Amino acid sequence: MALLLIVLLPVLGALFTGAFAGNNARLNSLIAMLAPLVSLALALSLLPAILQGELVLAHWQWLPRLDLALSLRMDGLAMLFALLIIAMGLLVLLYGHFYFSGKPKDNQRFNGLLLLFMTAMLGIVTSENLLLMLVFWEMTSLVSFLLIGFKADQRAARRGARMTLVITGGGGLALLAGMVLIGQIIGSYQLSDVLASGDQIRQHSHYPLILLLVLLGAMTKSAQFPFHFWLPHAMTAPTPVSAYLHSATMVKAGIFLLARFHPVLAETDLWLYSVSTVGMATLLTGAFVAMFKHDIKGLLAYSTISHLGLITLLLGMGTRMGLIVGLFHLLNHAMFKAPLFMMAGIVEKATGSRDMQLINGLWRYMPYLMVLTGICAAAMAGLPLLNGFLSKKMFFAETLQSPFTGVLGWLTPTLAAVAGLLSVAYSVRIFHNVFFNGLPRDLPVFPPRPPARGILIPVTVLTLACIVVGLVPQYVVHTLLQQAAHAALGAPLPAYNLGLLHRFNLPFLMSALALTGGLVMYLYRRQLFAIYDRMPEVDAKENFEWLMLRAGNFAERQVHRLENGSLQRYGALLVATCLVLAGSALTGLTTWGGGVTTPADPVTVLAAVILMAAAVAAVVIHRQRLLALLLIGTCGLFVTLLFARFSAPDLALTQLSVEVMAVIIMMLALSFLPQTSPRESSSLRRLRDLILAVATGSGVAVLAYTVMTRPAQSISGFFLDNSLTGGGGSNVVNVILVDFRGFDTLGEITVLAIAAMAVFALTRNLQLKERVTRESGSYWASEPHPVILRMIARPVLPVALMVAGYIFLRGHNLPGGGFIAGLVASVALSLQYMAGGLVWAHQRMLTAFRPLIGAGLLLALATGLGSLAFGAPFLSSWFNHYHLPLLGEVELATALLFDLGVFMTVVGATLLILANLGNLMTLDGPGKEIG
Amino acid sequence: MDTLPLLPVIIPLLCAALMTFCYNAPLALQRVMGMASVALLLGVALLMATQLPGQDHLLYMLGGWQPPFGIVLVVDRLSVLMLVLTAVLAGFCLVYASRGHDREGAHFHTLVQFQLVGINGAFVTGDLFNLFVFFELLLIASYALLLQGGGAARGRAGLHYVVLNLIGSAFFVVAIGLLYGVTGTLNMADMALRIAAAPAADQPLINAASLLLLAVFGVKAALLPLLFWLPRAYIAASAPVAALFAIMTKVGIYAMLRVFALVFGLQEGLAATLAWQWLWPLALATLTLGAIGVLGAANLRGITAYLVIVSVGTLLAALSLGSEAAVAAALFYLVHSTLLTAAFFLFADLIGRQRGEALDSLRVTAAMSQRKPLGILFFFGAIALVGLPPFSGFVSKLWLLQVTADTPAQGAFWLLVLLAGFIILIALSRAGSKLFWRQPEQSADGPPADPVRLGVVAGMLLCSVALVLLGDPLMDFTEAAARTLLAPADYIAAVQTLAIDPLGGGLTE
Repeated sequence: MALLLIVLLPVLGALFTGAFAGNNARLNSLIAMLAPLVSLALALSLLPAILQGELVLAHWQWLPRLDLALSLRMDGLAMLFALLIIAMGLLVLLYGHFYFSGKPKDNQRFNGLLLLFMTAMLGIVTSENLLLMLVFWEMTSLVSFLLIGFKADQRAARRGARMTLVITGGGGLALLAGMVLIGQIIGSYQLSDVLASGDQIRQHSHYPLILLLVLLGAMTKSAQFPFHFWLPHAMTAPTPVSAYLHSATMVKAGIFLLARFHPVLAETDLWLYSVSTVGMATLLTGAFVAMFKHDIKGLLAYSTISHLGLITLLLGMGTRMGLIVGLFHLLNHAMFKAPLFMMAGIVEKATGSRDMQLINGLWRYMPYLMVLTGICAAAMAGLPLLNGFLSKKMFFAETLQSPFTGVLGWLTPTLAAVAGLLSVAYSVRIFHNVFFNGLPRDLPVFPPRPPARGILIPVTVLTLACIVVGLVPQYVVHTLLQQAAHAALGAPLPAYNLGLLHRFNLPFLMSALALTGGLVMYLYRRQLFAIYDRMPEVDAKENFEWLMLRAGNFAERQVHRLENGSLQRYGALLVATCLVLAGSALTGLTTWGGGVTTPADPVTVLAAVILMAAAVAAVVIHRQRLLALLLIGTCGLFVTLLFARFSAPDLALTQLSVEVMAVIIMMLALSFLPQTSPRESSSLRRLRDLILAVATGSGVAVLAYTVMTRPAQSISGFFLDNSLTGGGGSNVVNVILVDFRGFDTLGEITVLAIAAMAVFALTRNLQLKERVTRESGSYWASEPHPVILRMIARPVLPVALMVAGYIFLRGHNLPGGGFIAGLVASVALSLQYMAGGLVWAHQRMLTAFRPLIGAGLLLALATGLGSLAFGAPFLSSWFNHYHLPLLGEVELATALLFDLGVFMTVVGATLLILANLGNLMTLDGPGKEIG
Repeated sequence: MDTLPLLPVIIPLLCAALMTFCYNAPLALQRVMGMASVALLLGVALLMATQLPGQDHLLYMLGGWQPPFGIVLVVDRLSVLMLVLTAVLAGFCLVYASRGHDREGAHFHTLVQFQLVGINGAFVTGDLFNLFVFFELLLIASYALLLQGGGAARGRAGLHYVVLNLIGSAFFVVAIGLLYGVTGTLNMADMALRIAAAPAADQPLINAASLLLLAVFGVKAALLPLLFWLPRAYIAASAPVAALFAIMTKVGIYAMLRVFALVFGLQEGLAATLAWQWLWPLALATLTLGAIGVLGAANLRGITAYLVIVSVGTLLAALSLGSEAAVAAALFYLVHSTLLTAAFFLFADLIGRQRGEALDSLRVTAAMSQRKPLGILFFFGAIALVGLPPFSGFVSKLWLLQVTADTPAQGAFWLLVLLAGFIILIALSRAGSKLFWRQPEQSADGPPADPVRLGVVAGMLLCSVALVLLGDPLMDFTEAAARTLLAPADYIAAVQTLAIDPLGGGLTE
């Protein structure tokens, strides 16, 4: 529980600071510091046990299926980092309080985010579960994104934030893959299991891949070459953020990862060469560039990169001592780099600038800060009696004993010495340039404002730490470091003594050489600056932005090329896909025909030929729209005839009435379009379409032929047998529609209802002004309607309605039914529209079409639901025969009610569509709603 | 026989019919009716979930006609999962729409209920032709919803949508005709048995039909190269409609799973079906195109539309492995991606309302009156969508990676899924930075966001948190759903209990 609290307290603190004390900066900071203080106390309470070499574990279930558990562990390594994270966090919070003085809102936001970040970092170092570690790992990237973008109104801050997120987030994805691979190999995501399975992983064929992925994660996070470029651009963050995230903690997460996985991944040649190469490259690049940065934070950023490279190099060499030195230097780096960043912030606030070309001679204004900076810079340079000297000397010693042989054997210490030299040079520069080097020039704020006293507290504390560790390391950090290294190695440690490090030997000589060389280099800095200025400048952020922009544009072009808004193309793709898919399957077809054929008589053949000719003709002359429509009507008519020929009178009747309605509606639609349409397709495209059409048509024909000539075996026999006895009707088609598969019919009339409602919704506010003004008077509303049509239409109506009624009633036993009857009634009513016009017709009929549709649906539904009341399933039918005097035998069936619902829906829907389309053409356009 | 399986279809249909009948009922009443219907649907779906531990399939014989002659409804865990998801999503969309979007066109609430009839019907039916009917129903309803509000862009996108889908429907009928011709039945359980027993000479025809069905469902699911109707339709649709459409691609995926696992996968399993062989490369291509589209999109709606495509690609790629674990993980991802992409369509609208003419465009700098609350929401939503911890995106992606480990698909799947995640990270961080950080000099003084709308988006994002915190029961459920789905013999046995004669054999010649 204590473990969980250590991790979670900061985030609780963040919630508290967010909830309370919005404008009271002091209270806010107090609350913010309280949480980590408790965390620190808890961590310290565990310290004795950890120093004894104990391992503290805590475990809660989370998502057991994924092996994602809330398991935490505290060992030496975790403790080292946890103490570093909490202590540095406290100091930075204190620093931030003064840094943001006068801006309580900013202070509050900073406190909240910093605490959130602290939890994430603590989570990484104390995770016992690899996946949990990943959760916290990505959290640090995300919070860092927000912190770098703290001053979001600045373009540089936005870009820096995004770049960091993309690099570290991308690394996180690689790490995710690496972790899952590890889990896949050993079957567990618990760190204890993983650490015990080093050999298994190193011998696995996936080892190089895992190493690559984990390294990608670590290298991006710890700003290692070639991913180092995000760190300088993260300096747009407020200085307290840089001090915490980008020198003391987040960038060390990658190092932590390397240390943590040392027993699993290290001690192979692959590890040795890849990690130390990266480390060396980073060390040199960072150290070299740092010297030439005029921005104080820029210099510090590159120096941080170089120190991170140094630590990586130490870990990469894979020796046990190397690991100890690496951890030691990591600790020291935090101690001297954070106060330097803090100094940069103080100077910036005091002078309004961070440019070392302007900032000179500040010793007159801030003598105390000068002393502190001097000590920290000396530690960074590696001057004796300070902590940096110790770890750097040990580093030199390690390079002398590196596992490399041959050229690499002497190249490594040489390069290390060069890097040491460079680091001395930039350390001297940051101290001398800022506080001496003549007088300040053109500072935005002059004379510099003296810093608040409180802001110097954290700087002082850290500087003292540098001295204490430098003087008596064996009492201060020795045991913890030993336990940390022990935990990281999982193996016994070599003997060493931090107290003896001040003695003279070869590494000492290297240190001395580096010191002198660095001083000399600084003395000749002007010449070096001149050379550096002539080198081509590489702005990583610009390049990154350029790359992102190019990627974006490329993506946009590709998308536009594919998704070009051409319906013809999309349609062709769809048809071609079906063709390829079905065609690939049909290649296996051995025989086409199944042997069952119906002999063809001449009349049928003739009808089929006409049908095909009409279809082809419709395609050929489709630009003359009216003619094409007539030909389509012809097709429909011949299909009707074919239905009739093959004894399907119901289908024929339905097809006929559907054809009539469809042609009427399409005629209406055609009146909105020009008579002919221009030829728009290229001949190539028409060839493509021709091929597709012919192939698809033949394909469907082949399928139809193949299927229909096979001996049929189907459920239809059941319908024939049960239609009368079970469904109460002798017209099987109708009984299927209203009974056996009444549910389908219910769905289909719903489709019709929706279509009508859709047409209504679509035309309600549609304005087709152009057409109305251009050709006003030539259509329905104003044209005097032909007298003959009017005279015929009126007497036809009652007759047609009677026919509809007849068809409806007989439907259950003879060809007919609600659907056909509805269409017939609609045709009769629409004839009135055509004959008399919209206004005339509406004066004489009820136009409540929507209620009619609704009522039809409700009736059909109610019929179905009624059966529930009798304990039968939905849509169960009931029928009985009664013998009435005069009328003879009468059948009453619930199916008739259902069919009535169908009838009402069909009439309502068709008329709603027709009336609203027609309404569009009136002179007034859409006015009063119809239906 | 328990009527529960029927209710997901009947409740919205009754509601829609009533609304059609009282077409001029006050909008307030329509809103209440719509939400009541959705609440009932959720209740019914959850009730069915509680009944499932006892039996794997809930059945309903319409009209009392035994299978294979009548239509049966079959509800298993997969259906329940989809029903619950649909109801939750529809609830959010209705609340959001009730703040004004439902005034933009006629009969918004009626059409939404019709749409739900179609979607739910597709999830519960056990009959192939009935599935076609419900596909038509949801197609025409979604077309009407897409056009809500009018305008040229909607008209054009709608035309593309409806024409392509109608072509798809035509092929659907061809495929059903083929299958009926060969097997003589429409009941899916019966058809599965008959296909398993079909002579070798019929196999090419059955294969052709199955691949046609793959294309048909592919149009709905937005599988490359059949997905081009999607981006513009989703961008053009009004926000709550686009959000509701997030479930539409999943209907296509559901249909694939159901039909191929049951009808064609009875003998050798889902993974061995011919369609599933095609699915893998197509899904990966879809995923790739989606990621490229996300990077190239010019506004937040565009990004979200392509995110839908990415999610479809990811889902189908995982499903194409066909193993129980893969299907379970994919179903979990399905829930996550549906809710999140829907939330982002609403969110794009919420943002657009504050930016005046600029809407949600990423090319234009515009002031926003409520940068902070929206920015925070966006940040969390984006984390969830990218798949970064600690939200549902991470968990579902993690699960997908784990179940694909140790399969031949691992390399390609991991590479593409992680790369897509990386690209989405780039795109969303850029979008967030442009929308919320880059602000013009003058600040906006527009009205603050409607608290209800804001609440809806926040609520949907909270679902993402809930999926992580309470993910385990849902994971249990998707695993059980995958198990039942991949045991078609059990499905058939359950349908068999209703039949008089043995399915697949007892024919009347």
